[in-house]
Amino acid sequence: MSINRRQFLKLAGVSTVLGIGGPAVLNGMGGKILEATQTHPDPKSLAAKRWGFVVDVSKLNTPEDYQKCIDACHDIHNVPDIGNTKDEVKWIWKDNYERTFPTSTEDEYMNKEMKERNFLLFCNHCAQPACVRVCPTKATFKRKDGVVMQDMHRCIGCRFCMAACPFGARSFNYRDPRPFIKKENKQFPTRMIGVVEKCTMCYERLAVGQMPACAEASNGAIVFGDLEDPNSEVRKIIESKYTIRRKPELGTQPSIYYVIGGKE
Amino acid sequence: MKNAGKIVIGVAIAFVAVFAFPFYYNLGKANAKPELKFDTPVILQWEKEHGKKECIEPKAFMRAEHMQMLNQWRDSVVRNGDRIYVNSEGKEFIMSLQNGCLNCHSNKKDFCDKCHNYIGVKPYCFSCHIAPKEKES
Amino acid sequence: MLEKALVGSKRYWLWMGALLVVIGIAFIMYLRQFSEGLGITGMSRDVSWGLYIGQFTFLVGVAASAVMLVIPYYLHDFKKFGKIVIMGEFLAVSAVIMCILFIFVDMGQPMRITNVILYPTLNSVMFWDSVVLMGYLALNIVIGWTTLAADSKGVHPPQWVKPLIYLSVPWAVSIHTVTAFLYAGIPGRHFWLTAVMAARFLASAFAGGPALLIILALLVRKLTKFDPGYEPIQALGKIVTYAMFANVFLLGLEFFTAFYSNIPGHMHPFKYLYTGIEGHDKLVPLMWTSSILAVVALFLLVFPGFRKNENLLAVACASLFISLWIDKGFGLVIGGFVPNMFEGITEYWPTAPEAMITLGVWAIGFLVLTVLYKVAVSIREEGGFHE
Repeated sequence: MSINRRQFLKLAGVSTVLGIGGPAVLNGMGGKILEATQTHPDPKSLAAKRWGFVVDVSKLNTPEDYQKCIDACHDIHNVPDIGNTKDEVKWIWKDNYERTFPTSTEDEYMNKEMKERNFLLFCNHCAQPACVRVCPTKATFKRKDGVVMQDMHRCIGCRFCMAACPFGARSFNYRDPRPFIKKENKQFPTRMIGVVEKCTMCYERLAVGQMPACAEASNGAIVFGDLEDPNSEVRKIIESKYTIRRKPELGTQPSIYYVIGGKE
Repeated sequence: MKNAGKIVIGVAIAFVAVFAFPFYYNLGKANAKPELKFDTPVILQWEKEHGKKECIEPKAFMRAEHMQMLNQWRDSVVRNGDRIYVNSEGKEFIMSLQNGCLNCHSNKKDFCDKCHNYIGVKPYCFSCHIAPKEKES
Repeated sequence: MLEKALVGSKRYWLWMGALLVVIGIAFIMYLRQFSEGLGITGMSRDVSWGLYIGQFTFLVGVAASAVMLVIPYYLHDFKKFGKIVIMGEFLAVSAVIMCILFIFVDMGQPMRITNVILYPTLNSVMFWDSVVLMGYLALNIVIGWTTLAADSKGVHPPQWVKPLIYLSVPWAVSIHTVTAFLYAGIPGRHFWLTAVMAARFLASAFAGGPALLIILALLVRKLTKFDPGYEPIQALGKIVTYAMFANVFLLGLEFFTAFYSNIPGHMHPFKYLYTGIEGHDKLVPLMWTSSILAVVALFLLVFPGFRKNENLLAVACASLFISLWIDKGFGLVIGGFVPNMFEGITEYWPTAPEAMITLGVWAIGFLVLTVLYKVAVSIREEGGFHE
């Protein structure tokens, strides 16, 4: 049979697409090799309806007190110390009132001691997170217990989440982090270049029944608990003291409550 | 078409030259079947306690499906928060490449790398998951 | 028809060769970025999007502007645009390819790009952006190629092209609206959180795209035997004029809301861009250049005496295009990140590798544009055209 060039090209094109695409689609549909019953949570793991924090910085007195919390997190999670603010990666850090609550802005009459006080900032694990809303691959997603998680395997490094987060809680691996990790924790992975990372509420510790590392190291300054449990310590503090959250007007419903007030 | 014969011969020679490249490039390089070592301290300890060397699933399954299994482990741990794996014999293990698999198979160079190098695969798992430090042999 | 791009004058091949050299150097720079990371750009923890995303945003606008030719010709039978609609469609193809490339070079893990398709996330604007961009690319390739092939044979395009052409009109509006939504729905960044973002985008697109088209049409007349015609170019000029006025007006609205409300968070990005804050003023000269060029362009465009002079029109269009390129391809993105989420200032300026990669992507775009235009112009030169 005679076939002209156009028909031949069409045939070749379609065959190529089917030849490559066909098996790929079939493979992808292949399904799981593990049954659903083969995995389950660790019975030791902590459970909650909505995890949250209360941070009372009046309980942090020296720079070392703050640094202990920061180091507790950064050490066990292999957070690199890049050494410059351009490429830096940080999950928890300290900053003053003005930068923690910038929308409360210029107030020259404010309590001076509060203005100069330092706070601890980390991912708010919002109940309505903007970052989760914008992620195109669900690499960042919200767990049922309120943890805003980060799947480092799926992240494509588009940094839309970094644009969306109103709290500047996220860092990007602008370079390979490994050379900048002072002391590796061999029980926890590092990250690789090109992915976004942030505080993940010590999900690996929650899974074995432990509190987040920063809370444990804070000597009571950071209290951790279930915001939806009316008997939890966090709820009791929120109900008895005056607390504020960062940028509440944006509606993301942050889960970190900062205790405000003078020293007692 | 003018010079059709010469063109066809030229194209055929080019085709053979390009597609036989992997073969003649590796000519002479001894590429024996990889010999995996299973004599890490943790595996030997298990053998002492259980009488035989065994992985969490049979060897044939692991050899063929370990990557698919690890992918599902990854989704289970990271996305669902489930850490415990029940193997085909009902035994429970914690799903972890770094703290589970590599705990027994702490000799990455004589185990993981042997097959991966042989078939030319470069999984990037180890860019993040810290492999145990090995003595330079 | 592609074979028409394989024959050309010495000048044609010199131009293609120069483009390939630029692309080659840029590719080597990209390999460096791929292995060392995006840290070799000027982006930082605070300014996490920069030149690449800015260029992407600007070029989506250029791509959408094809609709300014399609609507008059196909919906309102404005016959004057008949011979040059193809130029708009092919410019759209080239621009969308550049958009896709800019996204690719900006990604931290580009090898994982298929995750966007494997795990579609319907609440993510970025997912929808990739969908509409791919669709628009396909539409313009099919429409452009089919109508041009019909022209070359001297026959009507097949009937099935008509619904695709009609679809491309709202689709063009959608690509730029969705891209605007990338910015306009972000709660924390007041420079972007404005309802008129999509309107501004569309106005600047309908000014900048046709302005580029006018320049390209004048170049085509100069370099080839195909003359797009004085009247079509004048019609485009009127479209550019109205669109630019709308764009500048909308920008003025932004200034009003920011400064009359006196809300610090609203004013700060504008202050940073146009006056600098606390000595941080890297972008000030650029932004004022953009504003002056816009005024120059409008002055030359609004008076018919100037607009009807094609040399002055070319100057106006070049001035306008550069002004919008600065405003949308740079100022818009940076204004959202400075001041940062703590009201501090971290400045941004592209690095040399970043600029080189950007240039390389533009070179690829111009390569695609040259090839497509060579085909279209060759067919027009041969007299191929059928309504």
